[in-house]
Amino acid sequence: MLCTPALAEQEAVEIGDAERGAILFEDCASCHEVGAGAEDRIGPHLNGIFGRKAAAHDGYPYSDGIQRAGRDGLVWDLRRLDAYIENPKALVSGTRMNFAGYDDPKDRADVLAYLRSFSDNPQNIPEAQPTARPREVELPPETLAIVGDPEYGEYLSSECTGCHQRDGSAQGIPSITQWPAEDFAIAMHAYKRKIRPHPVMQMMASRLSDEEIAALAAYFGALD
Amino acid sequence: MTLNRRHFLGTAVGTAAALSAPMVMAAGTPRVVVIGGGAGGATAARYIAKDSKGEIEVTLVEPTRSYYTCFFSNLYIGGFQEIGDLAHSYGGLAASGVNVVHDWATGIDRDAKTVTLAGGGVLPYDRLILSPGIDFVDESVPGWDLSAQNAMPHAYKGGSQTELLKAQILAMPEGGRFAMVAPPNPYRCPPGPYERISMVAHLLKANNPTAKILLVDPKEKYSKQALFEEGWQKHYGGMIERIGPDFGASNVQVNPAEMIVSIDGVDEKVDVCNVIPAQKAGVICERAGITEGNWAPVSGHTMQSRVDENIHVLGDATDQGDMPKSGFSANSQAKVAAMAVRGALTGSKVFPAKFSNTCWSLIDADDGVKVGATYEATDEKIAKVDGFISQTGEDADLRRITYEESLGWYAGITADMFG
Repeated sequence: MLCTPALAEQEAVEIGDAERGAILFEDCASCHEVGAGAEDRIGPHLNGIFGRKAAAHDGYPYSDGIQRAGRDGLVWDLRRLDAYIENPKALVSGTRMNFAGYDDPKDRADVLAYLRSFSDNPQNIPEAQPTARPREVELPPETLAIVGDPEYGEYLSSECTGCHQRDGSAQGIPSITQWPAEDFAIAMHAYKRKIRPHPVMQMMASRLSDEEIAALAAYFGALD
Repeated sequence: MTLNRRHFLGTAVGTAAALSAPMVMAAGTPRVVVIGGGAGGATAARYIAKDSKGEIEVTLVEPTRSYYTCFFSNLYIGGFQEIGDLAHSYGGLAASGVNVVHDWATGIDRDAKTVTLAGGGVLPYDRLILSPGIDFVDESVPGWDLSAQNAMPHAYKGGSQTELLKAQILAMPEGGRFAMVAPPNPYRCPPGPYERISMVAHLLKANNPTAKILLVDPKEKYSKQALFEEGWQKHYGGMIERIGPDFGASNVQVNPAEMIVSIDGVDEKVDVCNVIPAQKAGVICERAGITEGNWAPVSGHTMQSRVDENIHVLGDATDQGDMPKSGFSANSQAKVAAMAVRGALTGSKVFPAKFSNTCWSLIDADDGVKVGATYEATDEKIAKVDGFISQTGEDADLRRITYEESLGWYAGITADMFG
């Protein structure tokens, strides 16, 4: 497995060899463009794919299968992309993606490292770097182990949903639904410690306790 | 209450529900009436209906069928939004279980706990939520009253007034003069008048570049002042003149028939005059007898009126402490009130009140700035905890992202309000 949620940020540093990925991407390039000026061809262009909700890119006629996955809340994070290019049909049924998949985890990692360099918004956080960074904060295991109270999270979430949409759509403000709980907690602690730079998020996170962050992670992680 | 057929049937078929919620069914379904379908009222109605899952009957009284947000209306003036982009219907609220009544609330009987409607209806309530927004203080700008709002629009409630003001600006003669009389504190949307000046300048720069803007402002200082002044110099050099109180702006009157603004006795003839008068709580608060001075004092813990604990007041109409009067604030306060109302009526869990606000303003295309803060409830007031503001000299990328973020916020808050 490419990464467990717990280690997502950490292992993502070494997600793969983007240069080798560029060569491997030639397998994909007959259908997909990526990079400056990329346009939709047989498949949609792949700029900004990291963190985008499935079937969310305007103007491309997605298959019913991908559209359904998008409505179900599929977001193209590292794990989902990895699963998809390992075996597209295993993750989403009925798509036009005529590709058998990469069996070798290293091939997948390298292609994803290459694609990630064209995504401004890994994890859909606008100020994060285009390529993955080391885990931003070291949290004691007991902090990460807190099981959040989703009911409390639901109340607290009402502060978030003045900007972030509950249905996971993202227009100028990123989606925060369906994150693995630990990724969510790590990101919030990074804002709280002012390691991530966004002033609104620093302010909002600064007064959340460990339990409150866990509660929000539990609530948003489980949203349909 | 009268035990009508619907209630009777509801009780009969709802036996299982009655067993799980005996308190509720024993007393009949509690009723909440919300007056005003804006950022405070729509949010509160939706959250109570959604979270009480039928245990509370929620009625929203709102005269208009299409709500035009006042927030983002300046962007319509600047040409960055269509008027239709600002319109929202109440279908989503109805689908969430809110009984939407399009009528004016004309009176409140606090002893009988009823709301009277202009159409003759009477709505009983267990809890009342008032979110009526603002009305204007008569004679705060001598010479102006509501009968002059077509000659000199306020455009400080979204909709037809906003359209009128923009049409007047577009019809200005070449090299003509636009004037704004800015309001004294406190008023809805502290950066609003200055964002409007920016958007008028943007519109004129493209359509009538020799036109001038006169800003008559009774306040010494204003929100995001350094950011606006920097932006005006950068984008609209020489177009905007601000007259503050030290040059007579606290002594202003207008003559709408002659299109004259008199500043400390000196007459200025203008082509368009946007008068934003001093403000007060929507008049229904006064009629309910819950105002002190111009506003309705509330407790920050629950947004309950300090005069009547069965009434919660939200948003611009309140005197609550440190939060600015904004759609964001009203939306934030609505969630605290919704939680408190549910707690009181159904015994649901109540958590400590938390509030936040962020106000984005657009200075020119892709040049957005913001200011925000978090707040908590103390016994005395809603008190500021922490805050931030955009900095002068920020690079163009950050300003563009800030603007794009404001578009995301608009989509987010309107979805949160209307479902």
